[in-house]
Amino acid sequence: MARMKFLCDAERCIECNACVTACKNEHEVPWGINRRRVVTIDDGIPGEKSISVACMHCTDAPCQAVCPVDCFYTTADGVVLHDKDICIGCGYCFYACPFGAPQYPQEGAFGARGKMDKCTFCAGGPEEDNSAAEVEKYGRNRLAEGKLPLCAEMCSTKALIAGDGDIVADLFRSRVVRRGGRPDNWGWATAYKD
Amino acid sequence: MSASAAMTNRKKTSLWAMLIIVLAILVLPLTGYLYVSVTDQPTAVEQTNPRADTWRQVREGNKGYSAVTGQETNVLIQGAGQNWRQLRNGPIATYGAWLLSGVLVILAAFYLLRGEVKLNHPRTGRTVERWTLNERRLHWTTATLFILLAITGLSLLYGRYALIPLLGYPGFSAYATAAKWIHNVLGPVFMVALFIILIKWFKQNLFTKVDIQWFKDFGGMIGDKHPSAGKFNGGEKLWFWTLASAGVALCFSGLVLDFPNFGQERFVIIVAHLIHILTAMLLMAFSLGHIYIGTIGTEGALEGMTTGHVDVAWAEQHHDLWLKELEQQEQNPKH
Ligand code: SF4
Ligand code: SF4
Repeated sequence: MARMKFLCDAERCIECNACVTACKNEHEVPWGINRRRVVTIDDGIPGEKSISVACMHCTDAPCQAVCPVDCFYTTADGVVLHDKDICIGCGYCFYACPFGAPQYPQEGAFGARGKMDKCTFCAGGPEEDNSAAEVEKYGRNRLAEGKLPLCAEMCSTKALIAGDGDIVADLFRSRVVRRGGRPDNWGWATAYKD
Repeated sequence: MSASAAMTNRKKTSLWAMLIIVLAILVLPLTGYLYVSVTDQPTAVEQTNPRADTWRQVREGNKGYSAVTGQETNVLIQGAGQNWRQLRNGPIATYGAWLLSGVLVILAAFYLLRGEVKLNHPRTGRTVERWTLNERRLHWTTATLFILLAITGLSLLYGRYALIPLLGYPGFSAYATAAKWIHNVLGPVFMVALFIILIKWFKQNLFTKVDIQWFKDFGGMIGDKHPSAGKFNGGEKLWFWTLASAGVALCFSGLVLDFPNFGQERFVIIVAHLIHILTAMLLMAFSLGHIYIGTIGTEGALEGMTTGHVDVAWAEQHHDLWLKELEQQEQNPKH
């Protein structure tokens, strides 16, 4: 089985935010929630770098470890998904996540959180693949259709790559070999141990 | 030294002691970070690369810019979460369970060995008022809230291991939703009740010389001594000051967790959570002792808090100085 990973090539990302928009549109993500975001370091200064980040689908995921109701599960593809029917909106996964991936619709007064929402690697949730319930709660299940995450598919510079971790790593390495420099597969040391 | 000067001195010492305790409670949990960051260093950063600085910034959670607005969306990696996870799921959950079950075992053993502390003299049939109706209402309101908060709080920490096997995932989720709501709503109410208690009984809980002897004699719990005590004995005062320090830290850290609408950063929330969980463990352990002594541990203690009155024989044995005070007041009522 493939082990799915995301990789963002900071030498290529031009901060166009197309990935953010694509994700929002594909999954009809609720108002106020963005499953993906682009962060620019040293914005406006020569040498600025941008990185697109969402849930990295970590090995031994911190979110999974702290969830009081144990609603996360890792698929055979290494994708970290959660069950919104079980989630109680406690916020713990957001505290634990290194990448700030979990998001919450506001529900009630004083910032009370609704059920957590995050990137699914376009792989839906526990419901039947692409059933109405699954699409409603988690968005489309592209993986089940043999497609890769839309954000990476439509990245204009192919900075964001998604797919089998080994293939992604090879692709990136060959790029770096051609252009020189050092392979900064950003976030991998934090997210992946396999 | 006049009596009032001694009083202000005592007040000062107590206040300082409390401040130090609060400070320690706030700072000590942070030492965990030292431990984790020492043992959990990321792989060495390559210094030769000109881009190394950018990457180091990214790793250290420095802020960039993001077009996506929301809480800390401009931070790429937040490192505290992993430390929090390790501390919460590791030592805190483990030692917390040991602490609470350890206290229960010790109390059970103590009960089996020592048994109830009996009245040494038969009841006189005469009673004195120990707690007014309002004081009892205040006590039981706070106690009920405390227990509800303890149960719901423990459910969020241990329920995953203890309750999911019993209730199943959907069942526990439904319960946890309610538990979270109850905890979040009742927390601030408990805070108000606790603060009324702290203000109301502040003066009578300042430590005096009498209390030193009380502790030396183990409060009469061990051995046959009957150390003197005023309205509050040394143990009750210790409980009071634990509430005034750890309890206050518990309340304020709880507020940080309860109101995410102010956008406090994850690091602040995580520190607040650690303070909350540590102080809660301390108070729960202490409360078990308090409940034991107030119920099956001491003959005649509970009726003070239920009926409001205690037998004179009980008062003489456990709070002799307070009884004397009452008798004096009776003989020469103030004006
Ligand atoms: S990136 Fe965050 S939400 Fe995604 S698996 Fe890792 S810890 Fe969980
Ligand atoms: S917000 Fe939901 S998914 Fe996240 S830790 Fe809490 S219950 Fe689990």
